Formats: sequence, C-alpha cells, structure tokens
Amino acid sequence: MNLPLASAQALERPRRSFADYLEIALPKIVLGPTLLCGLIFVYGFILWTGWLSFTESRLLPRYEFAGLVQYVTLFQNERWWTALTNLGIFGGLFIGVCLALGLLMAILLDQRIRAEGFLRAIYLYPMALSFIVTGTAWKWILNPGLGVQNLVRQWGFPDFTFDWIVTPGMSIYTVVIAGAWQSTGFVMALFLAGLRGVDDSIIKAAQVDGAGTVRIYTSIIIPSLRPVFFSALIILAHIAIKSFDLVMALTGGGPGFSSDLPATFMYTFAFNRNQIGLGAASAMMMLMTVVAIIVPMVYSETRRHRRG
Amino acid sequence: MAEPYRTQTVGPHLIGRVILYALLILLALYYVAPLLVMVTTSLKTLDEIRAGNLLTLPGVVTFEAWGKAWASACTGVDCGGLKGNFMNSMRFVVPAVVISTLTGAFNGYVLTMWRFKGSDVMFTLLLVGCFIPFQVVLLPMAQTLGWLGIANSTPGLIFVHVVYGLAFTTLFFRNFYVSIPADLTKAARIDGAGFFTIFWRIILPLSPPIIVVCVIWQFTQIWNDFLFGVVFSSGERQPITVALNNLVNTSTGVKEYNVDMAAAIIAALPTLFVYIVAGKYFLRGLTAGAVKG
Repeated sequence: MNLPLASAQALERPRRSFADYLEIALPKIVLGPTLLCGLIFVYGFILWTGWLSFTESRLLPRYEFAGLVQYVTLFQNERWWTALTNLGIFGGLFIGVCLALGLLMAILLDQRIRAEGFLRAIYLYPMALSFIVTGTAWKWILNPGLGVQNLVRQWGFPDFTFDWIVTPGMSIYTVVIAGAWQSTGFVMALFLAGLRGVDDSIIKAAQVDGAGTVRIYTSIIIPSLRPVFFSALIILAHIAIKSFDLVMALTGGGPGFSSDLPATFMYTFAFNRNQIGLGAASAMMMLMTVVAIIVPMVYSETRRHRRG
Repeated sequence: MAEPYRTQTVGPHLIGRVILYALLILLALYYVAPLLVMVTTSLKTLDEIRAGNLLTLPGVVTFEAWGKAWASACTGVDCGGLKGNFMNSMRFVVPAVVISTLTGAFNGYVLTMWRFKGSDVMFTLLLVGCFIPFQVVLLPMAQTLGWLGIANSTPGLIFVHVVYGLAFTTLFFRNFYVSIPADLTKAARIDGAGFFTIFWRIILPLSPPIIVVCVIWQFTQIWNDFLFGVVFSSGERQPITVALNNLVNTSTGVKEYNVDMAAAIIAALPTLFVYIVAGKYFLRGLTAGAVKG
C-alpha cells in the first residue's frame, strides 16, 4: 500500500552511502529482536517441547528418541481422561452460560437504561481481577461449613445441602460458576458493542412490515451479531483450554483429582512429579486442541467474508 | 438513541420497565455480592465469622485481618505476610510493562509505516504468540532461564513477561497505527525526516490513547498472572498471586478466613484501582486484545 519511500529513492540513485543502507535496514533492525524472540521462544520452544514429548525424560530432560511412549502412557492415564472430560464439561457449560447470559444482559442493557454506564461497570469489574482472587472468593462463598449452605440453613432450611466444592464429580461445576461470574460481563460488553452497530433502517423497515419485537430480535438483530458470537466463542474457548489459575485457587484440582483440567495435569506432572516427558506430551495435546478449534473457525469465518 | 424497537422491547407499559430494572438490579447484586462478602468477612473477627453467616455485617469493624495479611500472615514457616510479594510484583510488573509497551510501539510503527517485503508475513507469525497455551513453552523456558542465570529472579520474570507480551503489544499498536493516514508520514519523508524523527514528532504525539490501553492491558495481565509466577519463582521471590494462593491453601493451623479475604483484596487492589480510574480504556483494551485485527 504505502511503499517505503526510502527504497524508491534508492532506485533513482546509482550509489548508496552507508547511511542510506542504514536507513533502509533500520525498520528491519527495529523489528528484528521481536521476531527473533518469537522464532526462538514461541516456535523454537514448541518444537523443543514436541521433542521432549517423544523422549523418556523424567526428572531431567533427555533427548534420545523414544517414539510415542509418552502419548501412550498419557492416554492410559485415568487422570488425563478425567482432565479431558472435565475440559468438555467446563468448556461447554462455561462457553454456553457466558454466551447466553452475556447476550441477555446486553439486550437488557440496550433498552435505554438509566445509569447504564454504572451497571455496565459493575457487570464488568470481575474481569479486572486475577483468577486467583476470584477462586479465593468463591472458595469461601461455596465452602459448605460457613458459606452459602450455612446461609440458607440459617434462613430456615436446615436440610439444604450445597457442597459441590467438596464432592468429587461435582466440584468441576463450581469452577463453571466462578468462571462464568468472571467472564460474562466481558461477553456482555462485546455483544453490547455489536447491538449498537446494528443498522436501524432495516429494523424500522421490519417494524413497518408489522414484525414484533421478539421477531425483530430473533430474525434480524441476533443473526446480525454473528461476528460477535464468533469472536466471543474464540476468546471463551481459549480461556477454557488455558484455565489453570482458577482451578488451582478454587479446588486445587480436588477433591482428589476430580476437578483436574489439562493445564493443571500438565503442571502437576511436569513440575511436581518430575515426569517431564509426560508433561510435555500433555502440553502438546493442549496446543493441538487450540489449533484444532481455532484454525477451522478462523478459516470458515474468513471464507464467509470472501464470499461476501 | 431513541430507536422505537428498543423502547418497545418490553412494551410501552410500566410493568415491563419495572421487570427490566428488577432484572438488571438482581444481576448487579449477583456481581457485587462476592466483593461485598469479601470486604465484610475481612472486617470481622474469626468468632464473628463462625457465629454468623455470609451476609451478616461485622458487629465491630476491625482491621486486624488486614494488618495480618499485609505483614504477619504465615505460609508454612514464613510469617511475613504479603508485603514482600506485593513489592515483588511491583518490581517486575512495572519494567515488564514499560519494555513491552515501548517495543510494541516501535514494532507497530514499522509494520504500518515502514513495511518491507515479508513484513506482513512476520506480523502473522508473531500473532500466533497470542494464541498458544503457555504450557507448551514452560519446560524449555525453565531450562533457558537456568542457562541465562536468571532463574527465580526478578529479571527472569521481566524477561518472560516481555517475551510473551510482545505479540499483544505489537498487535495493539499495529492496529492503531494502521488507521493513521499514510500521507502524514509520506510528506515528512519527502522533507527528509528519518525513521526516528517521524516516530518522535508525528507518531508518538498521536499515540497516547493506545499507549494507555496497552499499558492497562499489560499491567492487568502481568499483575494477575499466576502460571509464570508459580513455575519460574519460588519462596520469597514469588509474585502476589502465588503468595495469595499459598496462603489460602496452606493447611497448617487455624483457617483464618478474614485474613484470606483481606489478602485477596490486597492482591486485587492495584488492578481494581486501574479499572475504576480508567475503565473506558480497560474495556477498549479487552476488546482490542480479543477481537484480533
């Protein structure tokens, strides 16, 4: 688009001085360190981890090729299957709740509300918190002894039980509760921006044709938010796969390892149990999950754009 | 903004408006409740916590738990509170934010105003850094930090956060500078202005909004980070998020919920402060960082 003028001038002049060379090379010199960092610390390290996952490394890294032995061990590991199942449960519910509630909140807020800015600020503040803080707060609220269970019992329901956080098989749902609390406001903000961008002339035309409010939302407004759904989905899927701190703070992966996610599995095996090879294999599986989800989504969305 | 369909959504009736506001307030309460519970719990004594419930207000407000969380709470044998870890976090967050923002600004400038053959490909390659799960770089990085002699140190954490923050900061500045008309810099170049002159005289004066967005984003990300902190530091060097998690999950002694809550609020204060002061820019960063160019 905007050709560097320096090179255009250079074409006219037969001889370049050292200063000219420097001027031409300067952009590359400035960008160089970042590129080098990316090549080494992203691409190089992925290859390195990939290599480790094909070795029998335990406490110390070893580099003799051992084939797929770590991946076989990984998929024979009950705990890994628990982590994968939990990722399915957590990812599905977390994304679903955030999208549904986020959209609802955005639509409610889009009704010419007084104090909209104030309400929006309240819905969004959890995004400023660390997942560790969120986890700590919800761990306290959900603890059966003095938390919500105790509160409802004191309200006059002595048989009320809400002890998911210490119940194997249920604790992963408390991660959904805390995670959704933290991230819904953000999804709402995305949808709200999308709603404000909807073309009003189409809506007015529909109203002239006698379409009701519900019909306008389901047939015109929500379908036109497709790109927002798409970006929200990518961000939420990304948060879900990387989720680590929230589980560590809220349940520590427990009780037992019943609320483990792939990220906590990787950390436990690579850094606490000195199973470097196995940790590397699980990390590679996480990377492949991200690639498997994001690449087709981005691809299909860009193809839609091209077709118009 | 007086589009008819928005008013009609809940009908022109008063009842609809009442339900609408009731829903919105209910939601607001749901979002505020955890913070309120944290604050009230941190101001109670342990006896009061055991006797009451989540929603009882403190009978006597005491800041004892806050003092303890800050200066004398115990994690294992270490009884120094979170004071040291708070300072640790400050010590690596500030330099990491400054370095990554500055580098990102220059990168964005090159990628928009000084494009060369292959620069777009390089940008795409860099973007991948926003997407990878960091678990995939932890093991090699742990080894590399050891080789560089900066394992378990402040420079080590600065290094890691700068390296993995660059993809985001570059993205921010690149997407901002792309909307600056090329004529602006072209004219300056014809007049003989060089790379740095154009940056200082033309680009930088236009940049404050994106600098604020980028600084807030990086500050929140790095302050709230747990993964790098827990893997690449130990003991006294740990950042506040790791110390908070250790404090809360320490299994020895009496469980002091009020101290835990005070500690959590202390860990959250800097980012909450930024959110309150610059909420508008905070949101802009979230959406810019999320909806990749």
